[in-house]
Amino acid sequence: MKKCYEKYFRDNLPQIFCAGCGNGIVMGAWARAMEKMGLDNNDCVGISGIGCSSRITSYIDLYTLHTAHGRALPFAIGVKMCKPEMNVFVFSGDGDCAAIGGNHFIHACRRNINMTLIVINNSIYGMTGGQYSPLTPTGHFATTAPYGNIDPAFDLCKLAEASGATFVARGDIYHARQLTDLIVEGHRHKGFSVIEVVSGCPISYGRRNKIYGAPALLKHIKEHSVPVATAAKMGDEDLKGKWRVGVLYKAEAKEYVEAYQELVAKVQGGIK
Amino acid sequence: MAYKWEIRLSGTGGQGVIKASVILAEAALIDGHNAVQSQVYGPESRGSATRAEVKISDSKILMPKVVVPNILLCMSVQAFNKYAYNISDGGLMILDGDIGIGEEPPRVQVHRRPIIAIARENMGDELYANTVALGLINKIASLVSDDSMFESLERNFSARLLAANIRAYRLGLEAASHL
Amino acid sequence: MANVRLVQGNVACAMGALAAGSTFYAGYPITPSTEIAEHMAVALPKIGGIFLQMEDEIASMGAIIGASCTGAKAFTATSGPGFSLMQELIGYAAMTEIPCVIVDVQRPGPSTALPTLSSQGDVQQARWGCHGFHSIIAIAPSSIMEIYYQMINAFNLAEKYRTPVIFLMDEEIGHLRERFELPDNYKPEIINRKKPESDLEVYLPYINDQSNGVPPMANFGDGYRYHISGLTHNEKGFYSSVPSVVDTEIRRMVGKIEDNVDDIAQFEEIGAADCDILVIAYGSVARSAQEAVETMRADGLSVGLLRPIVLWPFPTDYFTKACIGKKAVVVAEMNLGQYAREIRRVVHTDIPLKSLTRVDGEFVYPDDIIDAVKEVL
Repeated sequence: MKKCYEKYFRDNLPQIFCAGCGNGIVMGAWARAMEKMGLDNNDCVGISGIGCSSRITSYIDLYTLHTAHGRALPFAIGVKMCKPEMNVFVFSGDGDCAAIGGNHFIHACRRNINMTLIVINNSIYGMTGGQYSPLTPTGHFATTAPYGNIDPAFDLCKLAEASGATFVARGDIYHARQLTDLIVEGHRHKGFSVIEVVSGCPISYGRRNKIYGAPALLKHIKEHSVPVATAAKMGDEDLKGKWRVGVLYKAEAKEYVEAYQELVAKVQGGIK
Repeated sequence: MAYKWEIRLSGTGGQGVIKASVILAEAALIDGHNAVQSQVYGPESRGSATRAEVKISDSKILMPKVVVPNILLCMSVQAFNKYAYNISDGGLMILDGDIGIGEEPPRVQVHRRPIIAIARENMGDELYANTVALGLINKIASLVSDDSMFESLERNFSARLLAANIRAYRLGLEAASHL
Repeated sequence: MANVRLVQGNVACAMGALAAGSTFYAGYPITPSTEIAEHMAVALPKIGGIFLQMEDEIASMGAIIGASCTGAKAFTATSGPGFSLMQELIGYAAMTEIPCVIVDVQRPGPSTALPTLSSQGDVQQARWGCHGFHSIIAIAPSSIMEIYYQMINAFNLAEKYRTPVIFLMDEEIGHLRERFELPDNYKPEIINRKKPESDLEVYLPYINDQSNGVPPMANFGDGYRYHISGLTHNEKGFYSSVPSVVDTEIRRMVGKIEDNVDDIAQFEEIGAADCDILVIAYGSVARSAQEAVETMRADGLSVGLLRPIVLWPFPTDYFTKACIGKKAVVVAEMNLGQYAREIRRVVHTDIPLKSLTRVDGEFVYPDDIIDAVKEVL
């Protein structure tokens, strides 16, 4: 086993993920990012909500908090405010983050609190067996969209940027090395970093959308991923149905824990 | 169970009757009595009928609300219409200006003073009417010592507003003796 | 009288939390609880603590649980609609055994109802609001000083039993201002969660060998890297669906509170032992009840008062014994008989029980209680 896996994974096998699930690739990319950053397990907290991707916290060897559906970010804010020195990683899925946790998501972005959110977007509710999520593309099929999904999908990265996150990137499970780099860059950025990972669920999404098997799904993702530099030269029509991958947005803004600490210093120093 | 003083201050939201009740109750505590203060108000912060209540006693005060007051202040016509006929026999009723002329309930001592006008003309702001009313009520009923009232005013107003409110309180004391 | 102050119930609640050592508050504004948040917003930065106004009550609960994982004594405050939203994560805190305190300043319901008026309508919700199998501690104070002292007790019980504690105030007591005075040099007794003494590798956050059923709790950052999950879990904290593991875990979790009811329960009694008619009331209504009982006793009637301060866990044996030999029991509350229903369950069927109820936002007055007693005399 790779050294970084030994260091950052718990000996907690077998995992619940189906064969061909993208979650393993994301976990691997995250572990390699941890190794690159040289982070100590004892300095890190992993927090997740509910869903397949949220099960990652039981397999990574940090202080881990597997919370309720959609609620990982408020828990993470509680932890980070009390332990600013800790590195906080939040793992979420498209349903967990963009539907039930959507309000917490925009407010965490708005606060620009220094932590890293990894949203594994497999375009479906996998754990409950394949219902459409706010990131399921219009026209695609799910158990609850048997005639095709009529809901427009969120662009989670645009939502993050508009809400105040200061690092927004999108990776995908085909380009795993790039994903590692995005996680490193995102985590090193001071502020709230959002990394959407285009992933695949061959069981609940692929089969229903005529993409049979994990290799075909990986190929599908590869073919629909466009690096931001390339995308910049393409027109809107060409980009339809494609994912722009890479660092999408980066900005400097006041970080929340720091803002709070400054407030405390001001109150303790001045006002009586 | 009747307590020594069961006071109801009523008026319109924004007139400061709740603030006045807090100052009175705290003054009673400083004086060594027991006191409780409560209020009833609607969801809006301005314009609705407001009432605040204070109970003062030397025994433990259990039920906190005033059912039948023996002191009633009405600072608005709506408050008079709502509360004027619920006061104990021999109770004190303090009314602003011309409120309720010709409709005074029987067996009640009525004291009528232009509270709001005093505040407006002497302090330049009707907002001081609540503190003027406190001086007036305390002079008429001798609820607490003036020293305790001054300490309570000090506790409940910022340094910026204290001097003006002490002045307003004294205006209330004076108004009690002018007929 | 320099130490004597007039303090509002909601403010006394915040002061009690600070005295208990709380350094973390997260909440969402809601009438009639908002003064608690406002007081904490002023006080916490002064002591280097954390005050957060979250996007809703669900987030507030999440934040206090997260903070508690790091060892902070954390609480939130709300009223009915917010309390309803919090239920899922109250269940999470119960399931994961994370100490926290939830203040509910009750107002009438359901839904928005009467936001500025008083109620005791959340008594059963405090007990059963979240789904599944759990127990809970709920405290209902009756005076401003009791709010302060019991808030300290609430944090102590949360830490001692690794559990969420519900602090059930009501609008009447929350907005009441009353005498506040602490004894000279008052220092509260503070209980902190038991920390593990085991080696890092063998720490079992949900171990089942403690005599009182409460495992030691490591804080994030202490070096014990462990897993917390709302899934049913084994002693290590990892998901398990093995029936025997699940059964043991749930029964220990419930038992640690229900089996320690004698340690947790608190009452006040006035002539309750040898009276004919027993009046039971709690929270602000207990003040009317005491006034009614004292008035009737002065008139020579054989009436007593029993005031539970801790409503949950329900002390079945205590109530059963307390009601033996009574001619009748009267339970007065600002709801449709939520606690009366519980009392009825444990009182001998031969003893009549009068449930005095009020749901219009008006207070229960002493005369209402006197009338109810006279009905059953």
